[in-house]
Amino acid sequence: MNFEGFRRPDGKAGTRNYVLVIPSVGCSQGAARAITQGLKGVTYLPNILGCGQMGGDRAVVKRTLLGFGTNPNVFSVLVVGNGCEELSADEVAEGIKPSGKRVEALVIQKVGGTRKTIARGRSIVKEMREDATRLNREPIPLSELILGTECGGSDYTSGLASNPAIGTTSEILVAEGGTVILSETPELIGAEHLLAKRARTPEIGKQVLDAVAWWEKTAIASGQNIREGNPAPGNIAGGITTLEEKSLGCITKAGSGPLEEVLTYASSPTKKGLVYMDTPAHDIEQLTGMVAGGATIVLFTTGRGTPAGSPIAPVIKITGNRNTYLTMRDNMDIDVSKVLLGKETMASAGKRVFDAVVAVASGKLTKAEKLGQSDFAIFQTNPNI
Amino acid sequence: MAGKFVIVINRKDNVGTALETLGAGRVVQVEIQGRLEEVTLLSEIPMGHKFALRDIEEGGRVIKYGEPIGRSTAMIKRGAHVHVHNVVSPVKEGEGP
Repeated sequence: MNFEGFRRPDGKAGTRNYVLVIPSVGCSQGAARAITQGLKGVTYLPNILGCGQMGGDRAVVKRTLLGFGTNPNVFSVLVVGNGCEELSADEVAEGIKPSGKRVEALVIQKVGGTRKTIARGRSIVKEMREDATRLNREPIPLSELILGTECGGSDYTSGLASNPAIGTTSEILVAEGGTVILSETPELIGAEHLLAKRARTPEIGKQVLDAVAWWEKTAIASGQNIREGNPAPGNIAGGITTLEEKSLGCITKAGSGPLEEVLTYASSPTKKGLVYMDTPAHDIEQLTGMVAGGATIVLFTTGRGTPAGSPIAPVIKITGNRNTYLTMRDNMDIDVSKVLLGKETMASAGKRVFDAVVAVASGKLTKAEKLGQSDFAIFQTNPNI
Repeated sequence: MAGKFVIVINRKDNVGTALETLGAGRVVQVEIQGRLEEVTLLSEIPMGHKFALRDIEEGGRVIKYGEPIGRSTAMIKRGAHVHVHNVVSPVKEGEGP
């Protein structure tokens, strides 16, 4: 089965065709924003990092920015730097170039101030946008789709309806040969042994356990024991019996197939099928990590309702809470609450979401896109200097 | 498909979840491995809580989402409430998965 997407010079396929402006450092974020102002099809990353990171964070910032630049949802890229930052505009531009896209770099200190940079930047992105409009969608096998999965603002309907429903969707996509990303490690705790058992090799299984161990250790170091007292008394009163059950309610959204690969934050899958990325459960950092890793479309389940969206990837919101669907119509794309009334099977709800994935991948706009939700945050483990 | 008041998430599951509080003695229709069956609830099952779709032996696996969520600490009869009073997490108890 196909979707209608955009073929890139490196052979990858996207669902959108953005011209992207990347500030390599927080100092050039203002100029980047001004460059895109009022230009349809041109967007920017509200990046505040790029200078002053410690330890492994600098590499993570670079990987994330390069991941957005090389993501097949992007047609061409303008990188804007300030000039004295650690992560220079040229370094980011050079890292994106192997994708074969047109990449330009501007440095505020060299160009001579913000106004000149904005003027020059606008003329570059307008040119890029003209070229972008000449590229047409073409049929692309669903096996080339990379789907990110996420849950946020969860309530009791998440584990019973929306997550299992999109689990069915994930299984359909994997059967089509596509890729599904599961993430948010802290939500995995308690069921990691069950996910590890589904790993294609013992090494991959061990990587799952190691990722969970790192989060537990890090949480304990800051005075929080995630496992202790979890499920919380409120969860137990609501019917959750064990931590396995609670975490499976999250994991179920990626289906029940074998786990092919474990990825570090913002890294790209090298395997098809179900892969797992080690990310925080923080909604925006998680979303950013998956899109940087190459996700070209995201399924996001919610009970309470959430507006999150990505600068370059469509994010489809699914809720099993009828009330949330009605009160947050602005934000919600799909209502699967009929599953909880016995009026729709899980398989039917999952198929409905799958059809929406194909439609959105082929150009249909999501609610978050219509609202211009452009959320971006990079996961860090250290303070900035 | 599952009855109106109960959801069974995965075909492998041996528990169902009440979608509203269901009284003791209530007979609910549940799809168990493709077959529509009637289960009589042995006690009240609060909304969001689980009950057994078939007898679960002492020490047997309680399956939800198609995966073991814990082990029973006593024989659980079909239709009985399944919760912290008769299920433990083997991992939490230090027995290993």
